[in-house]
Order: sequence, then structure tokens, then C-alpha cells
Amino acid sequence: MSIEEKAQAVQKAFGALKALGRDPTRLEFEEVISPTEAMLEGRRTILLGTNNYLGMTFDADCVAEAKAAIDRFGTGTTGSRIANGTYGLHKALEARVASFYGKKCAVVFSTGYAANLGSISALAQQGDYLLIDADSHASIYDACKLSSAEVIRFRHNDPEDLARKLARLEGKPGDKLVVTEGIYSMLGDTAPLKEIAEVKRRYGAYLMVDEAHSLGTLGALGRGLCEQADVEAECDFIVGTFSKSVGTVGGFCVSDHEGVEILRSISRPYMFTASLPPAVIAAARQSFDQIEARPDLREQLWRNARTFYDGLEALGFDLGPEVSPVVAVKLPGKETAVRFWNALIENGVYTNIAIPPSTPNALSLLRSSISAAHTREQIADALDVFARVGAEMELIPANKADRRRLAAPQGALRIVTGGATGRADAEPAATPRSEKAAVKR
Amino acid sequence: MATLESVQNDIIRLLGAKVEGDLALTADTNIVADTGLDSVSVMDFVFELEDEFGITVPLDRISDVKTVRQLAETVHGLILENA
Repeated sequence: MSIEEKAQAVQKAFGALKALGRDPTRLEFEEVISPTEAMLEGRRTILLGTNNYLGMTFDADCVAEAKAAIDRFGTGTTGSRIANGTYGLHKALEARVASFYGKKCAVVFSTGYAANLGSISALAQQGDYLLIDADSHASIYDACKLSSAEVIRFRHNDPEDLARKLARLEGKPGDKLVVTEGIYSMLGDTAPLKEIAEVKRRYGAYLMVDEAHSLGTLGALGRGLCEQADVEAECDFIVGTFSKSVGTVGGFCVSDHEGVEILRSISRPYMFTASLPPAVIAAARQSFDQIEARPDLREQLWRNARTFYDGLEALGFDLGPEVSPVVAVKLPGKETAVRFWNALIENGVYTNIAIPPSTPNALSLLRSSISAAHTREQIADALDVFARVGAEMELIPANKADRRRLAAPQGALRIVTGGATGRADAEPAATPRSEKAAVKR
Repeated sequence: MATLESVQNDIIRLLGAKVEGDLALTADTNIVADTGLDSVSVMDFVFELEDEFGITVPLDRISDVKTVRQLAETVHGLILENA
């Protein structure tokens, strides 16, 4: 197939949907005002699709550490970890990630994608078995392609299906590595980790948990679902990303198995890409300090998540199965999802659109990610927009939208600056409205 | 022991319940191109085959499968391997 024919195939698959409005892959934020607001198409827009769960991107201490690291170490390492790309900063961050989790070893990668690719492909080799949840992130599927191990899917969040598949492998040589996630990125549901850990123990398998969306959002110390489910000792490998709660970019694999150090010698996504730049490393390290020391951010995040989830539910939207920092609205088809997504943008609210085949069960979704930095007013404004647009598109009963409109104070539609940057003195719900922010949509 | 033909017939029966419209499935039906199912839905359909035949279907064994006949041959091969 020629490149032109490939382009035609893509056009055939997505052209009709793109013709309904914007191309999600080409949106540009002209200016980022805060963790929760940006300028999009010249419009001040509430950000509900950034995975910036704790608002760390503008945290004053993280920004200061990043600036200081640039002054001291320069803008980039210009090399891979195995060549000239390991600085003291990288080793210090690895030590910090390990201490954060209370584990012996941590290996840092240049992205979360690379962390999954590099960890899974190197730990499961020829003759081994990878057992992955059906709803795994693309990085886990791609890691499986890079691995020489045999790959087996088990039904999403189904420990019994996992047990059946491990039972069929009993007596076969080779390691069995079970891969699951903490919070799943599409619907915001959590894995039944206690049950999965019990199954992996019963069959002598290893367990890896990708805490990409649960680091910083779950657990008393913010370590994620393994901490919350009290299975940290059972979890052999935790992978995660710095590009969500941590607020920068990068990824890691942490473990008590000292053998995880083999990643530095055999993991191609670790070895053959440039290492993270100093500013990113320094900000990430500071961010782990904040995540550990500031449970108030998690509390605020979950208050916001509950408010938003309950608000959408009251409006009559069909949602993901549980309250979560990821709130997914299920829509009755791709075209409706595209139209709704476009209409929300035109009304100053940015969410993520997700359609098949990127979604489980061929669902068409608008996915919102909530932040501790969202103000009470921003959550309320976003709900108002969902209500108005949802009623106009006849996705929800008009009377439910009317009820919300009538219950709101006069002139309620407004945008308020997302002032919280993860500081203790910046309570999002109490952030004063600035004159600059009072822009009518 | 299931035969290749019986496996193929079972696949046609189970897949038929997934396909909308009145498409007549045959051994030569292209599972993605002809049925309207996307690639993830096809992988999920494989779960039903695993339950039906008591086998595990590794991803690499179905990565090149396109037609109902090819899927039947793969499933039948796995049944024989596990016998």
C-alpha cells in the first residue's frame, strides 16, 4: 500500500468525523493561564482534560527547582542514560522515587510510555508469559509487541478469568507477569487489586501495576491503588508517569526486586533515547515531596471529583461506574460524541474525546479529568455548560437542565481563574475571582 | 473431540450473534472488513471462544487471522495442543 493509499484509508476512517468540527489532534492552546485554564481559539477555557490531578504544573516550588536546575545544569542532557545522559539529578530522582514507595530500586525513563515499553519488554522475555488486562493502555499493548513473551489477555478487571488462564499455564516453564492498572484512563474505574494479588500469589506469578492515573490520587501517602488496597508487598513492579499528578514528563519502574536493575542494560526504550532534561528531573523530585506531604491536595481533588460526578449524574448523563478523578460521559455514538465535544469547546470547556477502537466495549466517551486546582466555581461553570449543551442536543432531559439553571444564582455563567497551584495557602474553593478572569463566553 | 468443521460452525454461530444486519457468514468472511466489528471487538469476541472451547488464545496466534476459516484453524489447533 502506498503512502497515498494509507492516507486515503485514514481519511475514510476519520474524515467524516473530522468534518463535523475540529481535529482533536490539531488543537492548540495559545496560552496556559493556570493548571485549570488556557486560551483556546482566543477563548478563555476551563481545562477538564489535562490529567493534571494535583495542579503541580504551576506549583511555585516545582517551578523554582526547575529554573534553578536549568541555571546549574543547562537545558538538556543531549544524551542517553547509558552514554552521557546520567546526571546526579537522575540518580537523586531515582532514590526519591524509591523512598517515596518504600522500595529498594527505581529506574527512571524519559516518558511514561517508555516506562511501560521498557519495563515490560525487558522483564518478560522469550519463554515467559505476559497476562494483561483487556483494557490496558496502548503503551502496555505496544510493550507486548516489543517483548518476545507470549501475550495473553484476560477480561477487564476479572480475577477469575485471570485465574483460569494462569491455571492453564501451570507446569509450563517461564515466568508469568500479570499487568494491570490502578485507575483505568477511559472510564475511571479501579482494578480489584486485592483479588488480583491473591490470584498471582496462588499461581506464583509476578504482578506489575501501572499507577499512571492513581499515583498522587489514591492512598494516604499518594502512592496509588496498591497502597489503598494494601497490596504493596504483593506488587512486584510499579510503573508510573510524571506527566499526570507529578506535573512534568517522564516515567519510572520501582521494585524491591534488585533484578530490576537489568533494565539499565537490556531495556531498549531506556538505553536508546535521550534522558530527561534537568528542569524536568528537578521539578519531578520536588513534586514527589509535595505529593507525600500534602494529603489536602488529594482531599480537594476527591471533593471536586465527587461534585462533578454527582452533578453530571443529577443531570441524567450516563457515566463511568465509580466516582473518580477521571469522569467519563458515555454517549450514543461517535458522531454525537464529536458534536458534543465541539460544542463544549465553543462554550469554553475542554474535555478529551475518546471513540472506538481506542475505547473499551466500543464506547464513545467524553472524558474529563478533575484537578485539585479546579475552583468550586469552575466545576459549577463546567456543569452549567454540560447542562445547557446536553439539553440542546437532547442528550439529557430538559427539565433536569432547567432545574440546574433555576437553582444557580443569577448571572452564574462565568469563568474564574484557577488560582490554585498546589500550595497550602491557595484553597481552590476559596480562590478569589480576578477582574481579568471575568470574561463572558 | 471437536473437528475443524464443528469449530468453524460454532464460530459462525457465535459471531453471527454479534453482527448487525443480515450478513451471511461463511468460512471466507473477513472478520473485520465484512462484519463492521472493530479490532478490539474482535479481540473481545475471542474471549467467548476461549470459554466455549476451554482454551487460551495468545495474541500472537491471532495477529494474522483475517477470515473465519483462519480463526477456526487457529482455535482448532489450540484445542489439539491442549488435548
